[in-house]
Parts: sequence; C-alpha cells; structure tokens
Amino acid sequence: MLNVSASPHIHSGESTRRIMLDVLIALSPALIAAIFNYGFRALLVTAVCVISAVFFEWGFNKLCKKPCTIGDLSAAVTGTILAFNLPVSIPLWQAAFGSLVAIVVVKGLFGGLGKNFANPAITGRIAMFLSFSNTMSDWTYKPLLSADVISSATPLAMIQAGEKVRILDLLLGMHGGCIGETCILALLLGFAYLLRRRVITWHTPVVYIGTVFVLSLIFGHNPILQILSGGLFLSAIFMATDYVTTPTTAWGKVIFGLGCGLLTILIRLFGSYSEGVSFAVLFMNILTPYISKWTETKPFGGMKA
Amino acid sequence: MKKLHGVHVPHNKNTANMKPVRLPLPASVTIPMSMGIGAPAKPVVKPGDAVKVGQMIAEAGGFVSANIHSGVSGTVKKIGEMMGAMGRSMQTVEITVDGLQEVSEDLHAPEIHSLEDLLKAVKDSGVVGLGGAGFPTMVKLSVKDIEQVRYICVNGAECEPFITSDTRTMLDRTDDMMTAARLLVQFFKPEKMIFGIEKNKPDCIKVMKDAIQNEPLMEVQALPSMYPQGGEKVLIYHTTGGIVPEGKLPLDAGVLVLNVTTLAVIGQYIKTGMPLVEKVVTVNGSAVKEPKNVIVPIGMLMKDVFEAAGGFKEEPGKILYGGPMMGVSVPDMEQPVLKTTNAILAFNKKDSVLPEPSACIRCGKCVQHCPLHLMACAVERAYEKGDMERLDELKINLCMECGCCSFGCPAHRPLVQTNKLAKAQLMAWKKAKEAAK
Repeated sequence: MLNVSASPHIHSGESTRRIMLDVLIALSPALIAAIFNYGFRALLVTAVCVISAVFFEWGFNKLCKKPCTIGDLSAAVTGTILAFNLPVSIPLWQAAFGSLVAIVVVKGLFGGLGKNFANPAITGRIAMFLSFSNTMSDWTYKPLLSADVISSATPLAMIQAGEKVRILDLLLGMHGGCIGETCILALLLGFAYLLRRRVITWHTPVVYIGTVFVLSLIFGHNPILQILSGGLFLSAIFMATDYVTTPTTAWGKVIFGLGCGLLTILIRLFGSYSEGVSFAVLFMNILTPYISKWTETKPFGGMKA
Repeated sequence: MKKLHGVHVPHNKNTANMKPVRLPLPASVTIPMSMGIGAPAKPVVKPGDAVKVGQMIAEAGGFVSANIHSGVSGTVKKIGEMMGAMGRSMQTVEITVDGLQEVSEDLHAPEIHSLEDLLKAVKDSGVVGLGGAGFPTMVKLSVKDIEQVRYICVNGAECEPFITSDTRTMLDRTDDMMTAARLLVQFFKPEKMIFGIEKNKPDCIKVMKDAIQNEPLMEVQALPSMYPQGGEKVLIYHTTGGIVPEGKLPLDAGVLVLNVTTLAVIGQYIKTGMPLVEKVVTVNGSAVKEPKNVIVPIGMLMKDVFEAAGGFKEEPGKILYGGPMMGVSVPDMEQPVLKTTNAILAFNKKDSVLPEPSACIRCGKCVQHCPLHLMACAVERAYEKGDMERLDELKINLCMECGCCSFGCPAHRPLVQTNKLAKAQLMAWKKAKEAAK
C-alpha cells in the first residue's frame, strides 16, 4: 500500500518540543546563577514549579479527556519561567498554587497551548502577587557560598530610596530579587542562544529594553540602572517573546516591545509598585490581537479588494 | 533589492553528475491525452494502427491544448481510460512496443523565417511548460503585442530537492537551448533574456555563461540557493524586479517565463523535426537502489521505469511525480511518465509518513517563510471558521502552494493543504456572489 498525501512530503524537522527544549536550555544559565546567588532553594522552588506545572497539565488533560500534551515541554517552560519570577523564600505550596493558576486557569481553560490570550507564567505570578503580597516581596536569601542569611531590598526599591547600587552586582545578580531575573549576564547568554537557534527574533527584547533606556533618560533617571534592575531582561527575553501571546510579524513585535517599555517605565516611575514588567507584558498581551490586526503582512502582488 | 523569503531544503542532488542513460523499452506504453493544463487532446489513431517514433497520435483538443506524439514504434493496442494521479479520469492511447524504434518519415526540420513560423514550430513540437503546470507553450507565446515582452526569463532554478533533469538539460542540451533562445530573442525582441540558475549548480552557471558569451542581450543570473527560486513569481522578481499583479499573468509584468527543458525541446524540434516524445527523468529516493537520470518515452509506466532503472532496495511507502516539496503522490505504480514529469521518486516506509499535527503555537514561522508574505496561520483560522471575507482579505488566492509554510511548521500542521482547500472554497464563494448579482 502506498501512502497518498498532499505535498510537501518532507519536513524541516522543527518541532514544538524542540523549540521548548531550546527555551529550557536558554533558561539554564540563569538557573545556575540563581543557585550561586540564592542557594539550593532556588533549584528546589524551580523544581516544585516545573513538576507541579507538568502535573497540572497532565491532570487537566486527563480530566477533560484530551490527549496528553506534557511531551511538548511547554508546561515545563511555564513552570520554569514562573519560578524565575518568584522570591527564593516563597513557601512551596504557594509556588505550586502559581502553577495551578498558570496551567489550569490561564492555559487549560482557554483551550490549551496556543489558545491562551495571556502569558500563563506572568498571570500566575500576578495572581500570587495579589494573593500573597507578603511572601512575594520577602527578599531574604542565603547565597550558596555564604553562611549568612541576607535580607535586602531589591535594587529598584533601593534606587527609589536613593541608595547606591553597583553595576557589577546587577550584572552578576548579587542582590535581592526574583530567582531568575537578577543575573543579567546569564540571561544574555540565553538570549544569544535563542537568537542563534532562531527561536526568537531580536525585535521585542531590543525594542523593549531600548524603550526603557530612552524613557529613563527622558525622565531623568539613570538608564543603565533602570534596565539592569528588576525583571526587565527576563521579561523582555523570555516572556515578551512568548509566541502565543505576542504578535507574529516583525512590526507587531516592535510595537509590542514599545508598549511594554512605556508601561514598565510608567509603573516604575509613577506607580505605587516598584516593578512593573509583569503588568506591562500582561497588558500588552491583551492588546496583541489588535496589534496583530494592524501589522498584517502585505501580500506580494496583492491588489486592494 | 530585498530577496523574497523561502526555506532551506535538503538538496539531495546526488544525481547531478550522472549523465542520463537510455532505459530498455517496456512492452507497452500508456499515453494519457491530458498531460497539463487545458483541453485533452483527441486521438487520431485507432486500435491496430502502426505508429512510428515522432508520429502524431493525438491532436490538440482546443486552443489551450497540445498535440501528442509517440515516443515508440509499434501498434496501437487500444484507446483506453485511466484514473490520473490528480484524481481525474483521462483517455489514453496504449501502444504495444515493437522495439524497432523506426522514426516517422514525416518528420522534417521546419524553416523559421518569422514569428508565425516559430509559433507553428512550437505548436507542432507538442511542447508544454515542462517546469510543472504543463501550460501549452504555444499559447504562452501567442502574445498579442510583442512590445509587451520586455524580458524573457529562462527558468533553470530547479529548486526542488532530488530533481536534476533540468541540470542535465543545461549541461547536455546547451546547443538545443541556445537554438531556441536565439530565435526567441530574434522574434520577440526583448530588452533582455535572463537565465536564472540557483547557486548550488555552479557547473550549469558556467556552461550557460560560456554559451551566451557572444549574445549581447542574454545574461545568466545566479539565484540564491533557497527554495522556491523556481516559483514563477519569485523568479520574475529576483531576475527582473517585476511583480506579477494579483490575478494577472507574468506578461503583465512584461515577462515571458520558459523552463530550460521547454527551450531545449523547442530547439531540438527546430533542428531535427523531432517533437516532444521522451523525457529525462530523475529516479531517486530512499527506496531506490540505484539513483540515476534516465531517458524514457512518454507513457512508460512508473513500474517499468523503476524496474528497468534497477529496482528498489526497500519496499516503497510513497511514490511521487516530481520533487518532495510540490510533487504529487500516486496510489499505485500504473502511472505513466507524462510530458511534465521530471522525476519519479520512491521513499521507504519510514520517509513516507510525516509526524502528526499538534496545536498551532503561533510562532509565525509560516509567515516568515512565505515568499509571497501570506499568513498561513491566519488563513487556517479563517478557513476553520468558514470566514470567506477574511480569506479574501488574506489573499489566499495568491498562494502558489510551494509548501514552505508546511515544511517549516513546528506543529506539523498541513498548512498548504488548508491553503488549497481555502483557495477552492473562496473561488466558489466569489463565483456564487457574482452569480447572485
């Protein structure tokens, strides 16, 4: 029996699983840095988030009698990114709750991978932020090679309070903050890998960070400190580039990055929260269908209808 | 000029250096009366008639149609019918081969003194567009006003993986090509004739460059080694910068496009009077024992070609007319070599099945890959909803079905298949709307 099917009869070999694996590989330098900066608990929190995310995905599919999709690794990516947005001291059950919101409420209930309108990890984080404001802003940690428990404000809070922050500390992530957001160098390494593997394009991260830089300058703040602090790099490289919840075309990505940058600065400088990247990305997620509509490609040789 | 997008496909051109070998003739050939776009040809022979090589066995069944000639000598067995690979029932002429290969006495080289002579020669050669669609070349060349023809593009891109028959045409039949090329330039008076060849064929580029050395109006252009350079709209844009407007022909962009083998067949007819009766076909694929280029008469069945070419090393799971990007898979090996056949490929069981589709992750790779800037993912959503206005807006009618979107889709979605369905549905919807007015 010959197989009869429509062309093309060959495939590039790319797969969703491979893309998600690439994202996980790109996230791994930041995880290693986090273990150095915050001790093994960083690994524990990440593991709890990943395992619970995968479990909820499996359970939700089972409950809904849908095919099992944990093999595509998207739940593992969501779990990792969620963990990277949490303080290392977060109670583990709260971390698992974040995964529940991300996987079941934001992703599963909207139809699963590809159907959610908002970034699951970010929305899970925001739900936790609103539910557990105390533990979500508790910046005590014990670095791997230190005997002392450190309790410090995040650089953004320090900047707001007029304290001095060292740029080298910011690049290496040796300060209070969420697990995966602080080591800028590790995040840049991941960015380079994703670009090299063509998983993402440069548009969103560069425009997002660039916008924050320029607007900081305009509003009279130190632009270097502003871009290196908080979750900007993690958000710009790994969350504002999520395929499902951001525009597909190059110009769409540029507009998305611009919007994220603007909102981040507005929240940071004029809002009551010291950090605004999660809200900025979530807000732009909601605008994505409109941005996509405005930035559709012009078909080659197409005539006006 | 920014190049159009595409995908990097595996080339698999391992047969490029293999000179075509003439296969032993089969016991019989089955020649379909429909081998391209247009009306089927009408048989002019009846069972029992003796035929010779080059003899006309069917005449054009309308203006958009082409004559058909026999590539073998023998006796007409029957006028039959068969189901073609595209799912169309077609009339056939079956000929029992006598193996003598006696050439018809009626063949003589035509004398070409005018455009009319040239057009008549093209018609008599029975040639159709050998790059793919099989549009009768005579019709393509019947231009109302030759002033319109600013460029003649000769398509030697051969961007499909595996196929090397056009490569062989450029290397082995350069003289035939040049005979036709010179006459076309002489009578159509274009500003330029451009040979477009993909960079992965340096030999062809060199041979053609040498061949046109003393031709001021001819030029060889190396195209990026990226699929689909041979797509008509892509070729026109990359060689001349012209853009074919929606619903219009290349001529509206001032361009005539001819495939290299089409040119060689015209040249051969003009030199010898021998019409299009045989093809160089690349036989390759993971199930084939000895990949090679072969010369076979039109109408030779696939099973005979594979057998004479050395058979299979593995049981085939899928057999194609043409390349793996746009080729047509066939239900059985009782399908004949057509005028437009440039390769027959057989793949083993493993290579015959593609992974199951999963959910679209909106990565936009289909948009990045599409040479024509279409949005296959959006087309898919509109098609599922049955939203015809949206399909119209997305210009799905422009899709040339090159397959780049499906090829690169990480979710393995059958995007180009959906595009084809959407195109057909949109066309029906537009027709119904017209009728309602």
